[in-house]
Amino acid sequence: MNNTQDTNQKRRQFLLKGAAVTAAAVAPGVMLHTAVVAKPLGEAVTDAVRWGMLIDAAKCADGCDSCVQACNDENGLDLLQKPQGQAEDLWDQQIPKWIRNVKVKDNLSGHVTNLPMMCQHCEEPPCVDVCPTTASFRRADGIVMVDRHLCIGCRYCMMACPYKARSFVHDVVEHKLTRAPRGKGCVESCNFCVHRLDDGQTTTACQDACAKEGHDAITFGDLNDPHSEVSQALKEQSSTQIRADLKLNTGVRYRGV
Amino acid sequence: MKVRAFEHGLLLALAVVLLSIASVSSAEEKAGWKNGTSLAATQEKSCVRDTAFMRRNHMEVIKHARIDTVRKGVRGVDGSLSECIVCHVNKDDKGVPIPVNQEGQFCAGCHQYVGVSLDCYQCHATVPTH
Amino acid sequence: MMKKIYFREWGLESRSYWMLLVVLAAIAAIGGLAALYMEHNGHWVTGMNNQIVWGTPHVFAIFLIVAASGALNVASIGSVFNKTIYKPLAPLSALLAIALLLGGLLVLVLDLGRPDRLIVAMTTYNFKSIFAWNIILYNGFFVIVGFYLWTVMDRKMKCYYKPAGVTAFVWRLVLTTGTGSIFGFLVARQGFDAAIMAPWFIVMSFGFGLAIYMLVLMDAFKRDQRPLGDAIMRKLKGLLAVFVAANLMFMVTFHLTNLYGTENHAFEVFIMLNGGIYTALFWIGQVLIGGLLPLAILFHPTLSISRGWLTAAAVMVVVGGWLTIYVIVIGGQAFPMAMFPGKTIIESGFYDGVDGMAASYIPSIPEVLLGLGGVAVALVVTVIGIRMLKILPISLADEVADPHASA
Repeated sequence: MNNTQDTNQKRRQFLLKGAAVTAAAVAPGVMLHTAVVAKPLGEAVTDAVRWGMLIDAAKCADGCDSCVQACNDENGLDLLQKPQGQAEDLWDQQIPKWIRNVKVKDNLSGHVTNLPMMCQHCEEPPCVDVCPTTASFRRADGIVMVDRHLCIGCRYCMMACPYKARSFVHDVVEHKLTRAPRGKGCVESCNFCVHRLDDGQTTTACQDACAKEGHDAITFGDLNDPHSEVSQALKEQSSTQIRADLKLNTGVRYRGV
Repeated sequence: MKVRAFEHGLLLALAVVLLSIASVSSAEEKAGWKNGTSLAATQEKSCVRDTAFMRRNHMEVIKHARIDTVRKGVRGVDGSLSECIVCHVNKDDKGVPIPVNQEGQFCAGCHQYVGVSLDCYQCHATVPTH
Repeated sequence: MMKKIYFREWGLESRSYWMLLVVLAAIAAIGGLAALYMEHNGHWVTGMNNQIVWGTPHVFAIFLIVAASGALNVASIGSVFNKTIYKPLAPLSALLAIALLLGGLLVLVLDLGRPDRLIVAMTTYNFKSIFAWNIILYNGFFVIVGFYLWTVMDRKMKCYYKPAGVTAFVWRLVLTTGTGSIFGFLVARQGFDAAIMAPWFIVMSFGFGLAIYMLVLMDAFKRDQRPLGDAIMRKLKGLLAVFVAANLMFMVTFHLTNLYGTENHAFEVFIMLNGGIYTALFWIGQVLIGGLLPLAILFHPTLSISRGWLTAAAVMVVVGGWLTIYVIVIGGQAFPMAMFPGKTIIESGFYDGVDGMAASYIPSIPEVLLGLGGVAVALVVTVIGIRMLKILPISLADEVADPHASA
């Protein structure tokens, strides 16, 4: 009941502002396309929160790809189909992947480690630096993402990313999800399931999937909150950043790599 | 001579603008799409703004919502594209939503009539999904 | 005192002129169709992928853009450094610079994922991006070189000739610095991350631009049966030899710097020993065709006098230059990024260089056609330019050009 009232009130404000804008029209039927401003519902994200992740490679199970599957499902990547006539192996190099399994072996000891790689959500992201149109940007809450409305598909960010986190959409996209828009000719990458976070949820699809498998290799949360699970875990034991030498202050940290 | 050419160009541009504005208001009547099965039609729900305003300025409203959502993380904005689709999508006899960019549907019908290309659905879903 | 030099429109017989134009326009049109095909289907029809994100179109585009700024050099030697003998060469130099840049930019733009959003690139700038700066630099280049060409050709504009010439010269240096910096600032990739990229690109531009200039000059004069004396060609030949040698020196410096640091040894081994196609293109294309062979011809006492051999040398500089860009741009991407120093990636779901394997890329036909289309556009602009405007001197015979007049 309260809710409806609230909405109605906001709608009324919206209409009032609209009337003001209409009055500012220069001539009947010709509008100045600038002044339409509505009071946004909901709150803008702030830098009080910094989303981050800790991945414990020791817990990452060999042969398990549940995080990859979950990501593909959550973000509509599994809806992409190989274009007719395209070679299987080339298409596999062209299809977007937000998270991937990597297995590394230490050159000296021969120790083998499994880990998932994705956008590391740098504090100083090279992709944001090089983007000519500001399409590649870092949200106040630390999420690095692509504004597809501004992306011209130059792929400079893909050249600049030290983690090969970005993918280019090589084909027309037939089937899209409301929560994960996607189209030919733009670049994209992991966004920490931003639609979930904006909705008030606090987990990512990969994290949920990993927990469901019983591995619990992924901890996600607010790095700025000292009491969050991820902050506690990071404080407790040492962790590393991939390519720490680049001093990008990544939002994704690893243990056991 | 050059000035003349410039004037002609200007006049032509103005005429195109005026024509397209005029056609916006008549497009809905003339394009002749069936708009009877959408939520907007059946519940007589009012839009976020009055119809005349939306006909001419919906793109500005959507654009504003888009900037708030993508760059600031504000969701559930009045005038977001996904909300447009929720209300304005039509359903076929079996109750399955028909994509809004399909010929004669809410978005495509008008856009085709006025000859304005519709870019949203290269990336955005055309029926409500989750 | 040297004789007054007169300029005249290209007097080619109408039939031959139109034939030439039709052929070039057809190649340009095929390039346009290739771009349309790529845009309509998406980039899956190309050989480019998520590992090799910049492919053959970028090689063409960067080559043409680099050559464009180099083509302007001939004019700058006359206008900035007061070498009288180069002054009659200036109009073609400026025209060629504009034409090559146009061709290169067209290829670059048509390869974008969303070329329809070019307006976004023109209106929304991120000033930390070298790309954004380049958009301004490229547009400025057209304006400045266009204005400079005006001051060269219109006697009423004579008072602006010197400042325009100096501005154009400085601008072109900054522009090539910007182009080189696209790669020089990519800290994550070992094949690119080097400050030497910017000056190296400038040196490359000198060579590529001059080689194209010489080819166009010789061909245009021959077709129109205008005398082109040895005096001027000797000058240009000597200059080209210096530029090719300088390019080799920068190449050696770049690789020696890499060889000094152990962390880059793997990259050097890749380029020089076991990089497959990239190793082959490095030695045969970059070193031999683009460097040693043309040097040998240009310094040879008898061969270098022959127009045929001179043409061959210039063609080699162009072909070798293109291959140099190919090795730098695509070889640099093919070499896997070092994400886990001290470790070897033994499995990956995203081609992260498993066991040090290079990323694969096979150029597709549409990419090549798009690139060739850009070259054709540059030539169409040049051909129309010399036909419509008084770009070419009536004669560059030795007694007209007079090498002793150079001050």
